[in-house]
Amino acid sequence: MQPVIALEKLTVRLRTRAGTFDAVADLDLAVRSKEVLALVGESGCGKSMTALAIMRLLPEPPAAIVAGAIRFGDLDLAQADERALSRLRGNRIGMIFQEPMSSLNPAMRAGPQVAEALELHKQMSRSEAREAVEALFELVRISDPRRRYDDYPHQMSGGMRQRVVIALALACGPELLIADEPTTALDVTTQAQILDTFRDLQARLGTATILITHDFGVVAETADRVAVMYAGRIVEQAPVEALFEAPLHPYSRGLLGSIMPVKDGHAARQLAEIPGMVPALWALPAGCAFAPRCRFAVAACRDQRPPLTDAGPERKVACWRADEIRGAA
Amino acid sequence: MNAPLLDVHNVSKRFAVRSGGTRAFVRAVDDVSFSIGAGEVLGLVGESGCGKSTIGRMIMRLIEPSEGTIALDGRDITHSSHARLRPLRRRMQMIFQDPYSSLNPRMRAGAIVTEPLLVHGIGSEPERRERVAELFRRVGLRPDQQRNFPSQFSGGQRQRLAIARALALDPALIVADEPVSALDVSIRAQVVNLMAEIQKERRLSYLFISHDLGLVQHVSDRVMVMYLGRVVETGTTAALFASPRHPYTCGLLAAVPRPDPKRRRAARETIRGEVPSPFAPPSGCAFHPRCPLATERCQRERPELRPLVGGTTAACHNVE
Repeated sequence: MQPVIALEKLTVRLRTRAGTFDAVADLDLAVRSKEVLALVGESGCGKSMTALAIMRLLPEPPAAIVAGAIRFGDLDLAQADERALSRLRGNRIGMIFQEPMSSLNPAMRAGPQVAEALELHKQMSRSEAREAVEALFELVRISDPRRRYDDYPHQMSGGMRQRVVIALALACGPELLIADEPTTALDVTTQAQILDTFRDLQARLGTATILITHDFGVVAETADRVAVMYAGRIVEQAPVEALFEAPLHPYSRGLLGSIMPVKDGHAARQLAEIPGMVPALWALPAGCAFAPRCRFAVAACRDQRPPLTDAGPERKVACWRADEIRGAA
Repeated sequence: MNAPLLDVHNVSKRFAVRSGGTRAFVRAVDDVSFSIGAGEVLGLVGESGCGKSTIGRMIMRLIEPSEGTIALDGRDITHSSHARLRPLRRRMQMIFQDPYSSLNPRMRAGAIVTEPLLVHGIGSEPERRERVAELFRRVGLRPDQQRNFPSQFSGGQRQRLAIARALALDPALIVADEPVSALDVSIRAQVVNLMAEIQKERRLSYLFISHDLGLVQHVSDRVMVMYLGRVVETGTTAALFASPRHPYTCGLLAAVPRPDPKRRRAARETIRGEVPSPFAPPSGCAFHPRCPLATERCQRERPELRPLVGGTTAACHNVE
């Protein structure tokens, strides 16, 4: 099946005072219809840069797409002009960011902000748009949508605002949804409500989604496939169950070993640590970027970067020792 | 019987807020009591605005309680003057969430850790130097990093530095308010392990404040759950996570996403609604508008904490 979006060897280069480096390097990634792909990794791994690159919202300069393609329908977004892009954003590509107020206009009532997108992209009349927005508010489980329509964002709670942002992202029936840490700023009970809504919408609408998160709990509960990023590159890609059952890359293993999930019983254990820290992107080691922190690293890892290679059905891993690690597990 | 290290008794905190020319009060903390023994880790959990950070700040005497008493080593410190508090300050230290704003950016790392020793007039200069070097080693920082400024450290290293500073005076109690929330996952595990090791080594007590239930379960001996300024349930970590009784605790635990794709729930038992405004807390039990078990009594009568069959203590009329 034709993917909704396909990144081909995408490279995003940043020029900063610290140096020139690739924040996203050689990235291959495809998302199909009805699929939620989680992009996970720690700060600076390039996951948000990837999202911004797709929407062409990178600060250009200092950032620039220097290689690769972003195939979306018959377009290459890496080459598209601003006119074409503004027809896509908020229309064929919906976006949800961590902080709802970065997507909402604080001086405009909530309903009209969503209606505006419909009037602009779908040429609806004001009254058609209002009706559609009330239905959307209902869909994202905003209680009393008619009254909420005229509220300002500041009159709403954080969870309610994020629902408005979701309504805005879905308003024009996008083919692709990009959600960057959509529940990170929310309290845990509100997060649970939003995740429920999100999964419900996913089941009903089946919008292809790129979910960016650092939270493996959120990944486990919402994603179909996962791509783990480290220092600008994908180090492992796998269906969600396979990844949690048997992560192949030492970094994925380390990450999963260092999380602290709530357990029903109390069993204290020493947390697995990944020693050291993420290297600066402008001073990456030769070879595998994870090698200095990796307990499996051998000389080859320090000399040559391992390519992302097939490792089973729908699985890819970039590690010279993946086969041995899998055998040992 | 020995007095507990820290004893917090019926403490409340009201904040005056001006709105439209009239003074209104928010009860950030309402009648909270608990104690922490020597070598014990008490986890304090709850969502934003539940009052957990206010409790930490009151214990450190960064803010004054409106009511109630706080005793350290059996001595009432609730209204101690700053001069009288000074020797007691050595006994308790705080670690904050944000290692960017809690360290003086113009001081070198070595000076940051030395400062508490100077303020309290501890040791000769060579002794202080030796002590600071030892602290740097203990928290996993290199000796040459003493010359660096906080901006030259990563987030995890800054939190190590904050831990070294907190340990300088050899305290008995550390109040840690979301100490790893600002850190990346892999770094978080490093800092949590370090804090746990140091706690065991020195038989320290922690008040570990966090919104992260998995983390609190991992580090705590006992856990206290707060909602809208009040304790709703408390118990040993084992009892609280194995058989939570208060509907809020149950809902909170059910809300945490589990990293297990096989156990993905079709629809989970989410707590409905949102935390009400602390300006107008609900009558009776503050949780009643969101509670699946609420009865008419819950609207009228505020439940007191009482021991329950699962081994925890909870404030709910409708569970046994």
